[in-house]
Amino acid sequence: MKIKWTTIKANLENLSFALPAIIIFAIFYIYPFLKVFQLSVCNWNGIDAFSFSQYYTGLVNFKEILVDKIWWQSMWHAAYITLIALTFQNVLALLLAMACDREMKARNYYRVIFFIPPILSEVVVGLIWQWIYDGNYGLLNHLLQTMGWDQLIHSWLSDPKTALTCVAIVHCWKGFGWGFIILLAGMQTIPRQLYEAAKVDGASSWYAFWHVTVPMMIPVFVLVSILTVLGTMQVFILIYTMTGGGPGYHTEVPVTRILASMTASSRFGYACAQGILFGLVLLILSFTQKKLSERLKQE
Amino acid sequence: MKHGLAYRVRRRVKGFTIYFFLTIVAVTCLFPLLWMFGSSFKTQSTVFSDMSLFPKDPQWNNYYVAWTKGGFGVYFFNSLLYTVTVVFGIVLVSSWAAYAFSRLKFPGSLLAFNMFLAAMMIPLPGSFVPLYVLVNHIRKVLIEFLASSSPFLLQMFPASFVDQLLVFVEQQLYPRSAYIFCMINVGLSFSIYILKTFFDKMPKELEDAARMDGCSKLGIWRHVALPLARPAIAVIVIFNTLNVWNEYILAQLILSGKSTMPLQRGLMVFQGVYVTQYPLLMAGLTMTVIPILIVYLALQKYIIKGMTAGAVVG
Repeated sequence: MKIKWTTIKANLENLSFALPAIIIFAIFYIYPFLKVFQLSVCNWNGIDAFSFSQYYTGLVNFKEILVDKIWWQSMWHAAYITLIALTFQNVLALLLAMACDREMKARNYYRVIFFIPPILSEVVVGLIWQWIYDGNYGLLNHLLQTMGWDQLIHSWLSDPKTALTCVAIVHCWKGFGWGFIILLAGMQTIPRQLYEAAKVDGASSWYAFWHVTVPMMIPVFVLVSILTVLGTMQVFILIYTMTGGGPGYHTEVPVTRILASMTASSRFGYACAQGILFGLVLLILSFTQKKLSERLKQE
Repeated sequence: MKHGLAYRVRRRVKGFTIYFFLTIVAVTCLFPLLWMFGSSFKTQSTVFSDMSLFPKDPQWNNYYVAWTKGGFGVYFFNSLLYTVTVVFGIVLVSSWAAYAFSRLKFPGSLLAFNMFLAAMMIPLPGSFVPLYVLVNHIRKVLIEFLASSSPFLLQMFPASFVDQLLVFVEQQLYPRSAYIFCMINVGLSFSIYILKTFFDKMPKELEDAARMDGCSKLGIWRHVALPLARPAIAVIVIFNTLNVWNEYILAQLILSGKSTMPLQRGLMVFQGVYVTQYPLLMAGLTMTVIPILIVYLALQKYIIKGMTAGAVVG
């Protein structure tokens, strides 16, 4: 009997180490996580006292999302930015990593500089670039004017045709340092002998790239593309600070829609339903990418 | 080895092209920041005409105005407060938990650890909605509780003091601590994961020796595990410091009083009020960026490592 009591005491003592973390996690993660599902089937404005039976509406929110044009438009916008990030940003990152991979004294300086945008906050980046793009006082237009390209002068962020691409470019500017660092780290694990062997065999550097670098780097490519997709699909503070989703709804992305459903239209249930659907999309995306990478590894 | 002239020329051209390309990108990275810095020293009338990067007549006064009238002094202090408390809280709570998950046995420990892992894997966009609901709900309960206990307080303290106390709790203490706890939770899973994997690899002999000497579990955590885990803790501190300093959305939803706002939130408020006061805005942006930049340049090796670890894990 006595022994049992001491093991219980020891267990409790051990548990007490993890308890603060578990309590915080339960209150600020698990409870909100479950609450999302509860709210998603309700029609609640966030102000009145909440009672489930009173506000329960079933799957009305989800049905509405399916025909919510602005929502699907925002999804397309996020996909568009992701596509640009996957191609333009990652190719840039790859080129830079390849350029830095050679024995180069200045490599570390470039590394430090390229990683500055990623450590800045989205608010800071958004506000600086908003000014650069500004139609009346912006730096970009001023530059175009001094170059004599007056016909290009433009209010970049308030024109529906250019706004989304401008935002995407800023996103790439902020993000390419990530890809660069990860790709460079991956490249430096490739044994140098492989390149030397290719050289001895008389292979061109182009051939060496395709037959040495690329095959060795596939896991890293997959990792970078997963990070890019998940990160870019959820981008929103950058857009929120630069355009607020405008002009009209031309730069809305899913998370700005969720925020708008909650703050602008006070539809908390709808916001939660949007969050769930979007979370599912992200889950499917990352799952398929992981499956793809496993298949690539096997080959 | 002798090479032909054509080969050497080609090599030179190639090397030059690479440097040129790298330098162009580097300038593109730095230019917006230099522009921000330079503009923060211009006046409202010269900021749109003077296109020099460093103005001849720097307006240091902009910083004074932004710091006092713009409220950036308060925002700066708040950012500092949140960053320090949240990071300290995360290190404390996550190292306790990671140590328990790695070394101490208790029923449900695997389940609990796996839940933290799952939280990192499952994307939850819009998690700010239920968090906002939760924080608001607790606020209401707290206010009701305070209101119901105020007659009791009034018997002991003068009325003006009770009023001030209630206002302080409602507008300062509660929103600030709610934000701090939310942010601790944001960094928790990642930090526990990093520390647990570190503790798992750590040799047990030192801890055994300490136990022989009669050290308590808390003592072993404090005097053996924590000092050994310094590299992992550095990663956690760096990753979370940047995260908290740069956080925006929860600050917007939870902190509505100007006196409690951190810099990122303050920047948006300032921008909303003084739409085209670019020099002051740029001064505010510079104040937000400089501390992070200094820390980054001083610790860049560790920061790049820490941030990459964070991204890959998350």
